[in-house]
Amino acid sequence: MAVFLVWPSEGEVVQSQKKTIMSGQGARINIFPTRMALTTMKSKLKGATRGHSLLKKKSDALTLRFRALLGKLADAKEEMGKEMKNASFSLATAKWAASPLDVSHTIIENVGPTAFEKLKINSDNVAGVELPVFEQLSDTGKQSEQLTGLGKGGEQIRKTRESYSKALKALISIASLQTSFVTLDQVIKITNRRVNAIECIVKPRLERTIAYIQSELDEIDREEFYRLKMIQSKKKIAADKREAELADLGIALPEKELVDTGISANIAAAFSEDAAEEQTEDSLIVF
Amino acid sequence: MAGKLKIKNREGGFLIGVIGDEDTVTGFLLPGVGQVDSKRNKNYFVVSSKTPITEIENAFRAMTTRDDLAVILITQHIAEEIRHLIKDYDKLIPTILEIPSKDHPYDKEKDTVMQKVLRMRGTQ
Repeated sequence: MAVFLVWPSEGEVVQSQKKTIMSGQGARINIFPTRMALTTMKSKLKGATRGHSLLKKKSDALTLRFRALLGKLADAKEEMGKEMKNASFSLATAKWAASPLDVSHTIIENVGPTAFEKLKINSDNVAGVELPVFEQLSDTGKQSEQLTGLGKGGEQIRKTRESYSKALKALISIASLQTSFVTLDQVIKITNRRVNAIECIVKPRLERTIAYIQSELDEIDREEFYRLKMIQSKKKIAADKREAELADLGIALPEKELVDTGISANIAAAFSEDAAEEQTEDSLIVF
Repeated sequence: MAGKLKIKNREGGFLIGVIGDEDTVTGFLLPGVGQVDSKRNKNYFVVSSKTPITEIENAFRAMTTRDDLAVILITQHIAEEIRHLIKDYDKLIPTILEIPSKDHPYDKEKDTVMQKVLRMRGTQ
């Protein structure tokens, strides 16, 4: 079904739109008021309500996770300082032990074409959101072959390498936490925006549309009621007139009269049925 | 980009980039994070006190646009120099991780991500 939003684009339309908003109508979906449209709108409202509650749940689940993550990340960052201090201290010792040799220079110049420490990204699923988790892939066999020619400082260098390995491990887990933090932060914002959009825009608009369709349908019903009443009274007047004419002429036609009243009785019966139907439907509309 | 994060693994794994002073870079190269490919592209960058900021900026830009890096470690005092770039950086991977260096202890109030964390915990 084609559904258009009553959002104005031209200046003139804005004016009329303003009027409708001021008269308490607000924006609604531009739709022809029929019973079918009413059903569609009602099911849409139901869908929106369900979507709203689901998104709200998702947002809650993410927020819960996010809170836990905040604490972990803050603590891990505090810890990182210690680990790094250890590592740089052991590097200083190694440099001192190998003093005539410039260890840093040798190491930096001897970087091979493939790294021994690499990462793999695994994903962790929280309420349908994928969070990256870094996993360390180390090639330990090659590590020990590296830098064997450093002589005196060899032992200390090995220790330094170990402490930096440890620091690296800690840093990688912090990196995972940090990435998850950033992702969750964004996803929570988006989810909350959606929740609010449904609550503050989509649902009120559907409700207004439903109210509009209902009021239009009621109006049609009232018109129908009035029309039937009019027909009834016109028929009655006509019947009365004919009766009077016949009475004037002194001719009594009981069968004819019966037929006449029969017709109006039919209309009356049809009308009362209609009214009853209307009532039941009204009660349905009100739930 | 948010929410539409596609976690894709690379053949052969991701690298860890390092931007830091000589000691920090040396330390991390020891366990073997370093890699120099056939085009002489390095995944580490040594900053001395004489390195101009534009060069650090270039190194940072080059590293963040590479698709084989997952994490970039950057010492905090160098991060301070290029804070404007780090603040505007909005990609998820590679992740920028600020680390302490030997002469400059870690200050969480300066870390872009930690600022957010602290604000959300309400302890600032």
